Formats: sequence, C-alpha cells, structure tokens
Amino acid sequence: MARLLDVLRRDLQLTGTKEGCGEGECGACSVLLNGDLVNSCLIPVAQADGAEIETVEGLGCDDRLHAIQRAFLSCGGGQCGMCTPGMLVASAHLLRKNPRPDLEAIREGLNGNLCRCTGYMRILEAVERAVTIAGEERS
Amino acid sequence: MQEKIVGKAAVRKEGLGKVCGRAQYIDDISLPEMLHGATVRSSIARGRILGIEFGPGIPWNEFVIVTATDIPGENEIALINHDWPCLAREFVNHPEEPILLLAHADRHLLPKAVAAVRVQYEEMPAIFTIEESERGETIVWGTDNVFKSFLLEKDDVDAAWATADVIVEGEYTTGAQEHLYIENNGAIAAYSREGQLTVWGSLQCPFYVHKSLVKLTGLSEEKVRIVQVETGGAFGGKEDYPSMIGAHAALLAMKSGRPVKIVYDRAEDMAATTKRHPSRIRHRTAVTRDGRLQAAEIEIALDGGAYSTLSPTVLSRSTIHAGGPYFWPNIRVKSKALATNCPPHGAFRGFGAPQSLFAVERHMDHIAEALGLPPEEVRRRNFLKPGLTTATGQEIREALDLEKLMERALAESDYYAKRKRFDRVNAGAGTKKKGIGLATFLHGSGFTGSGERYLNSLVAVDLTAEGRARVLVSSTEFGQGTNTILCQIAAESLGVDYDLVEMGPPDTSVVPNSGPTVASRTSMVVGKLVQSAAHGLKQTLLASGLLAEGYTSAEFVAAARTYVAQHGSLRAESRYQAPPGVHWDDRTYRGEAYAAYAWAVYVAEVTVDLTTCGVTIDDFVAMQEAGRVLNPVLATGQIEGGVAQGIGWALYEKVVWNRGRMANNQMTNYIIPTTQDIPPIRVFFAELPFGHGAYGAKGIGELPMDGPAPAILNAVSHATGKQFDAVPLLPEDMFLRMAVRQPEPAVVAL
Repeated sequence: MARLLDVLRRDLQLTGTKEGCGEGECGACSVLLNGDLVNSCLIPVAQADGAEIETVEGLGCDDRLHAIQRAFLSCGGGQCGMCTPGMLVASAHLLRKNPRPDLEAIREGLNGNLCRCTGYMRILEAVERAVTIAGEERS
Repeated sequence: MQEKIVGKAAVRKEGLGKVCGRAQYIDDISLPEMLHGATVRSSIARGRILGIEFGPGIPWNEFVIVTATDIPGENEIALINHDWPCLAREFVNHPEEPILLLAHADRHLLPKAVAAVRVQYEEMPAIFTIEESERGETIVWGTDNVFKSFLLEKDDVDAAWATADVIVEGEYTTGAQEHLYIENNGAIAAYSREGQLTVWGSLQCPFYVHKSLVKLTGLSEEKVRIVQVETGGAFGGKEDYPSMIGAHAALLAMKSGRPVKIVYDRAEDMAATTKRHPSRIRHRTAVTRDGRLQAAEIEIALDGGAYSTLSPTVLSRSTIHAGGPYFWPNIRVKSKALATNCPPHGAFRGFGAPQSLFAVERHMDHIAEALGLPPEEVRRRNFLKPGLTTATGQEIREALDLEKLMERALAESDYYAKRKRFDRVNAGAGTKKKGIGLATFLHGSGFTGSGERYLNSLVAVDLTAEGRARVLVSSTEFGQGTNTILCQIAAESLGVDYDLVEMGPPDTSVVPNSGPTVASRTSMVVGKLVQSAAHGLKQTLLASGLLAEGYTSAEFVAAARTYVAQHGSLRAESRYQAPPGVHWDDRTYRGEAYAAYAWAVYVAEVTVDLTTCGVTIDDFVAMQEAGRVLNPVLATGQIEGGVAQGIGWALYEKVVWNRGRMANNQMTNYIIPTTQDIPPIRVFFAELPFGHGAYGAKGIGELPMDGPAPAILNAVSHATGKQFDAVPLLPEDMFLRMAVRQPEPAVVAL
C-alpha cells in the first residue's frame, strides 16, 4: 500500500513534504494528521482515510505567510531547505499546543526533526520570534 | 563601514520558495516518459566478476540494462587520477561498487529487479585498515597501496632532538563521518535525438560533472549540459559523487532514449557514497621546559578507500594544517593517503584539516600536561604572529593577534574561574565531573597553493531586459548562502537595491566556469570577482551617458533597460588574478599555501557522567576571525552548523565497518545531534578585513568543523583526568578506555 508521503508527493503533487530517510527518523516528511504530528513515510494511506491532512503548503504562502514561516526567513532558520517544511509543520504544531513555549519545550517539540545545516540555533530562535510575532498580531 | 548592503542580514535569496515548500529539488521533478534507474552493486569487498545472471520472476525485456560495455567513451569518473571506474567491468574493489544499471517506468519494480540480479565473483584478499594497507602484504592499488604522499620540511628537525628539554609523543585517530545531508544524492538525465545530453542534479560543482561526462560519453563539450537544481545539503558529499550518479543516469538515458531519474534512498546513499577520511596521526615534539616548541615530526596516514578520488588534495590540506596556528622553528610532516577496500572516502567540510587539527590540538594539551603548564599558556607562548612563518615558510603579513582572540574567547566562556572551580569540585566523590577545554586553529581559504591559478575562474554580471542585474557563476547554493552573498556583493558594487540583483541559472550552457563550490572559496574568491565584474558593468553604464553618478536604483533600472534595448545586452566579466606576493612551489611544498587564513578559538564546557560515560556539552563558545562578515545571520548560521557537525563527529557519529561495508547505514543507528543534544552555541566574530577578498571577506564555511572535536575532547580529558585521543568518543568507547588500562602518551624528560 502507498505511504501517505507518496500520495502527497506523487498523486497530489504536493512536493513540499520531503523524504529524508523513509523510516521515521528524520522528520522531513512531517505533516499533521487530524492535528497530530506524524511522519508521513510511516503512514499507510488507508490510515489517512477521511482524515484532515495539513502540509507546509497549507501553512501559508507568499504574502500570506504563517508567523513561523516569516520568522524562519528573518532568523535564518532554513539553509538548504530540505528539513524546512517538516520543521515548519512541527513548529506550527508546537505553537498550537503551547503558544508560549520556553526554550526547553521548543527543543523537545522539535526533537523528531533532524537538521544537518543549522546546528538548530537559528531554528530555536525562529520559534521564539514566531511567538513574539503572534503576540504582536493578537494585540 | 560605509557599505549599505554588505554586512547586513539580507534575507536569503531563495528563502521564500523554501519556506513555502515550493523549491524544486531533484526528486520533486518529473519529465514526460521518464524512467527510474537503479544500481546493482558489489556484495563483496574485492574480487573478479565471473558472470552476471538475471534471475526468474522479473520481466527483463521491459528493463533498460547498462553495463560497462555500454560506455561510449572512457569508463572513468574524471577527477585527479584515472582510476575510478563508472561501472566495474572485470574487478570490484569495494563493497557497493556499481556494476550494472537498470531502468524501468515502475519505480517499485526496481528493488525487486536489483535483488534478482546475481553476480558471481572469485573473491580476492581485501584490506580494511590503515595498518593493513601500510603493511603491504596485500597490494590493492598501484605498487604500494599509496595514493599520494607528501614531505613538508622546515629547517633542521633532526638536530633539535638532541637539545630538547622534553620530548612529547602521541598518536591520534579519527573515524569516518557520513555527510548525512537531508536530501540524498539524485540526478535526472535526458538525451535528445539531436545528441544533446542534459543532466539535472543535486550537486556542488556543475563543471566537474561536465568534465567527467564529456570523457565518459565521448560527446563534445557543447553537447553536454549540466544543471544544478535546488540542493538539499552537500558539505562536500556532492563534490565528487554527482559525477557518478549523473553518469549512471546519463548512460541509461542514452541507451533508452528516455529521461531517467536516479534518486538514492537513505540506506544506499549511506552505504555507497563517500565519507570523511579516517586518520591516524603521530606527533613527536621537542619543547623547552618553559613551553617553547622547538621541533615537530608529524606522520599523517589517511584511509582513502578503494580509489584515489580526491584523496591527494585532501591529504595536501591535512599536511599543511598539521602544525596548527603555531610557530615551529623546525617541522617535518610526512603524510600518505592509503588504499583500502572500503568505498572511496572523499570531500567533507574541512577536507583533511579537521583530522590534523584534532591531532595537534589534543597534542598541545599533552604537552601542557607534560610541562605542568596550563593548556592556554603553552598555546599563548607559541602562537603565530606577524613576521613569523608557517610550516610552509609563509610569512604572516596581516595584523593577526591570536592572543587577544584567545583572551576574548576565554573571557566569554569564563574559562579561568571555571577551570579552577571544576578542578576543586572534581576532586570530590561525585560521579558527575565537569571540564572545560579549548582549541585554537586556522583554516586556509580557497584552493591550496597554485590551485586558484589553475582554476582560472571566470564570472560575469549582465543585465536583463527588465533592467535588473544578474550574477552568472557556476558557484552553487546548497544551503550555505551563495545566492544571497553574491547578490549582496553585486548590489553593493553596482550601488543598487539587493532586490534588483538576481542569480543566473546554475547551468553550464549559460554561466561561465567560476570553479567548484568548495574549499571556503565562494565568498572570498568568487565574491571578489563578482564585485569587480559588477564594478565593470557599472562603469560601462556610466560611460554610456545613460546613467550619472549619484543615481538611484530606479534610475539604474531605467538606464539598464535603455541600454539593453539599444545594444541588445550588457555583460561584464572578471577573471581570477592571484594577489601579489603569493608564490607556491608544488615540488617542495614551500611558499604561500593560502592567500588568507581564518583563525579561531573554540571553548567547550562539558559534564561527564562517570556512571553512564555520557558527555553533555553545557556551553560552547566559537570565536573567530574570518575577515569581514558579509551577512551576520548567514555567517552565524554557518558557524553554528559547522560546530554541530563537529560535535557529531566528536561524540555521536560512528561508522561501523564490516569488511569494508558500512553496517549501520540507517539514521536509526548512525546518530547525528538533535535539538536536545546541542548546547547553546555562542558565536563571536573579530573582523580583520582581507584586502583581496570581496569587501574584506575570507573563507568561513569549513572553519567551524575544525575546532569542536579537540575542544570537546580536551574538556572531557580535563573532567575525567584520563586522556582521550580518538574520535568519535561514544559512551562505549569511554567505558572501554576507562576499564582497560592503555598506555598514556609517552613523555620523555631529558
């Protein structure tokens, strides 16, 4: 049976979601399934029947960017960009569950997403920046 | 500084596409009628191929099958030597060596087909370690298993031993490291009826692939076109291997007449592609009782794997960096790169320097201990400074002040107070010990010696019909920030907004050859050429009378549009010229090894749990002088990323070998640091602008790979009172070292 990842990338041509390892280790294929963070390389598509799936394409684009996407741009959270979609989805998921995470909560919330370029510092800073941006937008 | 754009945090040029998920990487691209390719690889380390059988249950008539006999030109991946076959024909020399290629429209059929191909071998004796290779009982390459050797000598080393107060000896080893870019290697090739071959790929060096494919296919240079697509990390791992996977896709496309895509999965990428060279380095040092270095004898041995690939140049950089940032009145470095029956080791960020700097920086701590001096004091007494010469006889001409750089790093890390406090607390009975250690080091920017002169790089800047400026280079973006930095430089030089500058396509049929994207050369060397080409373009526009000094960006656009409408185009070029006073002798290895060096002091603070043998890094200070910082966010990101890879190499990343094959070729059991393993990495820059780099820039990309491993192991040794001289240092390695008594490095008091 096809993996959710293949259905997204090949059938729906939503290639924003990436494959890094194919065994649920790297998080490059992270998507939200009914609001839960999952590795789409580990989900048989039958398990997604009737479910609401959210990918990086759903977060925002161009002049309608999600706060976390804007923060990644200004903080340098993405370098090669390959882990970025999964990292953004995981960050957005974290911020929905916990709108004001402290640094330890951010580290824990993103520990299933591997990045080889950044050393994570810019990513952690971007999540903190997104909290500020979201706060400013609310007020 | 009066610059408007250089030195500012300009937003990553291709960043929007990346955060929207719109950036197109190789596996995101499909062409009509495209087939998928796969590779049948050697299951043994060394032997003769006796036959190939195509097993039952597979519709073989539907497959395109390519062997070495299908190669129209030379069966070779062209790099330095001519020993690396594209496909094995009679002999295999390492596990996972490519033997045969398959293509089919159904991607899912390929793994079954690969498994159904049975290759019969007559096995031959194989060797897997530096020691086995140098013993020479089994010769697997050339006449002596030696790919390359160097001898670097300064003054009279042999005379120094007799007068030395103390002689300190040590042996240091480092393991292989997997790049683990998040995007695996991949390529698509198409071959048109008119005989035009195009290869799109995830790659660093379009013209390396071009050169290799011209030789392989026998096509003329104009008939081969290489296009880099968005590349998901490289770190040197996409310097040489894209010539291999690109060649494989090309052979399948030429035979089938249809486009062919090959994208490795993680297991194949880890098992089959290159890694950092394992090393064994021996130091023998004569030093005075008050800590002045008198002489060094350094022996370097690198494991190059089965074919020479880039090993000669990796070894060159190891050799030149062997003495670290210190003044040696007498030094001899003997180095060799050896053949084993492992997959070839290749380029990885640092390119031989991290191995050498790990050894010398651990050795400096041994020297300090032998003399009863603090580690920082031995370093301070021996730093290179203006007027002194390096191991190759290169005189330091810049206003280098390593002592000041070190004091800043030590102050930022609160080193002195912590070292004292940890010594006191560690003497207690607790099982958690604290340590703090440092490494001081240098990294040469750009190609070694005469390398930049041979590359003879060319860049161009032109104008579009819309009046925008375009940077034309073969230097590629794979996360490090090439696009952004080069556009910042061009915009600054042209005196226009950053948004008005764009990158030309990284396509060998469009851009000139600005050299490979390696060796920390892009900002400094290529950037300088972009700066000068942009300046030339501006001068032409001013001379045309369409533009007057003091122009705005809008006036520039208007003038540019008019110029292009009147003349068709405007393009300015700039070609590399060596800075004055840069001389290098390839034969004696004397002279200016690099046009510039970046300098750094890294300090690591650790906690070692004696019960679990686990190491936690509590704080990390990365202080460097890398010339002018062109973009603080990107530069900081480069340092942090390099430090994280260095932490991985030191404490987490172990390639487990089983008869030349990587046994742990999965992310599940080859561990890289996560968000929870990385300490706060605190990055500081001291800026000493380099006159021959773009706006004062030096190389920066590789530098941060050099310092973490020795700083961390120095800290672990401080914490535990035990000497650890090998990386990676996993808990099981520490446990064995603690449990089994091993000889301490020799100290001879004379």
